[in-house]
Amino acid sequence: MSVGVIILVVLVLAALGYVFGRQRAMAVSQQSGIKLHSLPSYYGQMVGLFAAVPALLALVLWLLIQPVVIERSVTAMIPDSAIPEGGALSLVMSDVRRIAGGLDAVLAKGGVGEAEVDRIAANPSDLRARLAEVGVPLVGDVPVAVFEAARAYRSMTQTGSILMAATVIAIAAVLAGLVYRRIEPHMRARNVSESFIKLLLIASSLVAILTTVGIILSLVFETISFFKIYPAQDFFFSTVWNPQFRGGSDLGILPLLWGTFYVSFIALLVAVPIGLMIAIYLSEYAGKSLRSFAKPAIEMLAGIPTIVYGLFALVTIGPFLRDYLAQPLGLGSSSSSVLTAGLVMGIMIIPFVSSLSDDIINAVPQALRDGSYGLGATQSETIRKVVMPAALPGIVGAILLAASRAIGETMIVVLGAGAAAKLDLNPFEAMTTVTVKIVSQLTGDTEFASPETLVAFALGLTLFTFTLALNVLALYIVRKYREQYE
Amino acid sequence: MMNNISTTMNTTTTTKAAAMIDSKISARNVQVFYGEKHAIRDVNIEIRPRSVTAFIGPSGCGKSTFLRCINRMNDTIDSCRVEGNILIDNENIYDPKVDPVQLRAKVGMVFQKPNPFPKSIYENVAYGPRIHGLARKKSDLDDIVASALQKAGLWNEVKDRLQESGTGLSGGQQQRLCIARAVAVSPEIILMDEPCSALDPIATAKVEELIHELRTNFTIVIVTHSMQQAARVSQRTAMFHLGLLVEENDTDKMFTNPDDQRTQDYIMGRFG
Ligand SMILES: Nc1ncnc2c1ncn2[C@@H]1O[C@H](COP(=O)(O)OP(=O)(O)OP(=O)(O)O)[C@@H](O)[C@H]1O
Ligand SMILES: [Mg+2]
Repeated sequence: MSVGVIILVVLVLAALGYVFGRQRAMAVSQQSGIKLHSLPSYYGQMVGLFAAVPALLALVLWLLIQPVVIERSVTAMIPDSAIPEGGALSLVMSDVRRIAGGLDAVLAKGGVGEAEVDRIAANPSDLRARLAEVGVPLVGDVPVAVFEAARAYRSMTQTGSILMAATVIAIAAVLAGLVYRRIEPHMRARNVSESFIKLLLIASSLVAILTTVGIILSLVFETISFFKIYPAQDFFFSTVWNPQFRGGSDLGILPLLWGTFYVSFIALLVAVPIGLMIAIYLSEYAGKSLRSFAKPAIEMLAGIPTIVYGLFALVTIGPFLRDYLAQPLGLGSSSSSVLTAGLVMGIMIIPFVSSLSDDIINAVPQALRDGSYGLGATQSETIRKVVMPAALPGIVGAILLAASRAIGETMIVVLGAGAAAKLDLNPFEAMTTVTVKIVSQLTGDTEFASPETLVAFALGLTLFTFTLALNVLALYIVRKYREQYE
Repeated sequence: MMNNISTTMNTTTTTKAAAMIDSKISARNVQVFYGEKHAIRDVNIEIRPRSVTAFIGPSGCGKSTFLRCINRMNDTIDSCRVEGNILIDNENIYDPKVDPVQLRAKVGMVFQKPNPFPKSIYENVAYGPRIHGLARKKSDLDDIVASALQKAGLWNEVKDRLQESGTGLSGGQQQRLCIARAVAVSPEIILMDEPCSALDPIATAKVEELIHELRTNFTIVIVTHSMQQAARVSQRTAMFHLGLLVEENDTDKMFTNPDDQRTQDYIMGRFG
């Protein structure tokens, strides 16, 4: 039984529970003449919730745990001799899974029974051909131990899923039945729904928090294993980034960080003044109708996919800067440059600055403006000396948010600034950033064992640390100003 | 008390007499509209120099609206339109030649809720003098700030903490800071819109005392909901109702023997 079907069955049980629970509540109340504590539908809901929630939770847990357990016991079946020279256990295990999947496909296709597996087992040379037929190509002959492991894997998975279906459906049915039988008028069904809803909300926030923690942990662990095979000192302080396929790479982060900050800096140089002026215009000068049109129009900039910005950088801005600035000034002849990416990225993050700052400026109390006008200040004096200082903490927050957006941006850099890691001051040179290199280190090779791939995690963690620090700094500044200003 | 005040609407001689006195502010046929809404209807009033005039009347009758006409604060509201003339020192402030920003330096305003800027106490008071370039040197500015705070009766409480935030003061102190801020630009007129409505009785007493002292140098117009306050601080009182100026009289007369039935009802607490 597939997972989808199990879920469907559970939901059907829950729906039935709702209908019958509701009926029973009304019947019980009528029989005993006691008024129900809650509306009848709450009793239905209670039965339904007891049928669905624990069963679905059990299903999720089972799905998470079963592969781990099976993996463990199957791994134990593979002798060291079955692991090829220089290969890894994980590679063998992925073969096992593929063979198991292939066998399933053979059975599904051939219309033959389970006995076919035994026949294939008796004739191992046949195996490759049979699997290739169903689209599972194998490299070289399969050792017997691996084939046996695949068979075990198959049968354990099958038994597992049957057990799972039985358990989950049983839980749903039993709980629904128990709750159904206990329905009586004094039961506080309304409060039960309330607790379930609270649980649901807590669970949802847990999902977000646990995901974050999980991501950080996996970054940290992979980074640690990177530093085991590559010296941390070289990573952080070397000024050379030169990965090689055959080992002996130089993986210094400095050129990448430099590129990241250079591009982001230029982006902020573009976005902050323009964004702030837009915000001031929208919130202080623009009329209602203009504002209601202009604000969404500007926010649309943030909705354009970054790859489109990248194309714009590659095709328009890059050549333009090269032909009209870089070459006449003798500063370079590359159409990919830090300036190109920075300018385009700056345009992309304008709405982050303008929209948030506009909200923040609007939140400055009118009473402060009145106070200033009442003293004979002009509108621009009022904005400069009263409104902006009062809005400053929020604006700093908006700018830092835009900055972390810029630091994490990839596509615009790939297409606008190029992929050459370089430490250079000339903004017309092609450079690259941390994010771009993370992508390029991971494309094509999915085995995370060499420093060349693991470095991606170290890069990611470094980037994450920077954006985290940026956010903490933003919070600190905001809080400090708030103390002063409130 | 006021029990035998009949509907003696016999005379308006007192108001006529007021017009003879040379007045600081005189409003002629002032009408105010918020879009379609007619908020002030044909108000005429003379306000005497170096005195306190109180505006009273039920909520929504247009006191604040009229007060804000006197320094053209209504210009900052898009939907608001003012007709008629208001003369200050015999000059029409609605003349196109008059710069409302300049006017507001001459006609200061204190608001209902204390609204100190989120800056230090010093900077709050120095704000106006700075914009208008009243001080050449830092020491001049220091003097202006100190004397404004003294006039507002706040100096002793804050002289050691001028660099602390103005928003950290108590409500009453904040309101006196706002008064000091207004005083610092040396206006001739100070408009106050319910300056004590957010304050406790002790802070209110201090502000009232302050108004008493300021009267010797400034012309003060104050909107208040408290009859006692109007009686305590003002020499003249004007009663508004539904956008009309119902009666304007010496405060003593107003609270003992008003000419208008509506004033009497309002003072007796029968409506509003
Ligand atoms: N910005 C505005 N836009 C539209 N109508 C307004 C505006 N301000 C005031 N009004 C209207 O004008 C009338 C007079 O308002 P105003 O604020 O002057 O009354 P008030 O006498 O000061 O009342 P209160 O004692 O409650 O402060 C009211 O009916 C009010 O609804
Ligand atoms: Mg008012």
